[in-house]
Amino acid sequence: MHEMGIALQIVEIATASLPADLSQARVAAVNLKIGKLAAVVPESLRFCFEVAIKDTPLAGAKLAIEDIPVVAKCNDCDAQWTIDEPVFVCQKCQSGSLEILSGRELDIESIEVEEETHDSG
Amino acid sequence: MIPDDLLKIKRYFHHKEFDKSHHDHTQHAQTGVSTQKSGTREIKVVRRVLDVNAKMAEQNRRLFADKGIFVLNVMSSPGSGKTTTLEKTLTRIMPEIKSAVIVGDICTTHDADRLANTEAPVVQINTDEFGGDCHLVAHVIEKAAVTLDLDDIEFLVVENVGNLVCPAEFDIGEDSRVVILSVTEGEDKPVKYPLMFRECEAALLNKIDLLPYLDFDKQKAIDFIHQVHPQMPVFEISAKTEEGLDAWIEWLIDKIKQKNRY
Repeated sequence: MHEMGIALQIVEIATASLPADLSQARVAAVNLKIGKLAAVVPESLRFCFEVAIKDTPLAGAKLAIEDIPVVAKCNDCDAQWTIDEPVFVCQKCQSGSLEILSGRELDIESIEVEEETHDSG
Repeated sequence: MIPDDLLKIKRYFHHKEFDKSHHDHTQHAQTGVSTQKSGTREIKVVRRVLDVNAKMAEQNRRLFADKGIFVLNVMSSPGSGKTTTLEKTLTRIMPEIKSAVIVGDICTTHDADRLANTEAPVVQINTDEFGGDCHLVAHVIEKAAVTLDLDDIEFLVVENVGNLVCPAEFDIGEDSRVVILSVTEGEDKPVKYPLMFRECEAALLNKIDLLPYLDFDKQKAIDFIHQVHPQMPVFEISAKTEEGLDAWIEWLIDKIKQKNRY
């Protein structure tokens, strides 16, 4: 429900991350990591992103979303596993004391900027 | 350690739609800019989208710590009884515990008017000024908190916007979070909204006076809560009849005293 606010934050952070010498370059993509536990609906975020990038240096950029699975580690037996359903109990020893290693992400990893063909590596 | 490495490998194997066509990144360590064969350069950013809120929340947390104020963030879906629960709670703990309330709603001051009857200072936030937000964010809390006499408060309770999704994502600088689930909702709310129930320290199961008239399976609801958050304290209450409030208030006062000690 707050995807528009998040889209605007993404535009702000991504725009501020453009190096001065690349400020005129076309941004091809913004690479985002979203954990499965994050309260964000990717489809809504994509829709809002399309709207939010209009008339900004990111116009035309694609939003590439990498889903991050929920990975937990048991504090008692050190078992580590991916949580696919809402059961936060150790599969090995039934302990409820877990550390969530991943799945809460809502991170901008990088932005991809188009280069002139002659200086592509 | 190995688990971390494994995790990274897992992440790289994980579906990434844009990256499939070009895997050759040559990283230039100093600039964080890598060149890719497809003619795009990748500029590393690695920032949390909610960074600004997280920093503001930390600032709030320091402010509240300085003043020795215990801050509780109360969340639930609309209509589960947040306001009534807080009215009854505040009536019982005041004036011994000097309390204040920040209440968030998209519109209206109805909740604030009701809470003001407890004689606790109440600050109403209407999020429609901030775009009809579905949750409270840290900077809004800061704006509201500075209107209170923070030197004269031990307990600040924040009644968040009724919503089981978004508020769980936004740190406001609180010490503890509790969620209210009422028996007129589905037993499976905890597994439908796991983040909320993971993020909260305790759950209040409200409106238990209605149980005889409902098909609600109380044990099932508690089991679902514990499936998502093992050992989470669950207080069965009726804010209306005040049944079960004692245990909840004892838990709360203990938390407030622990914080005030420092």
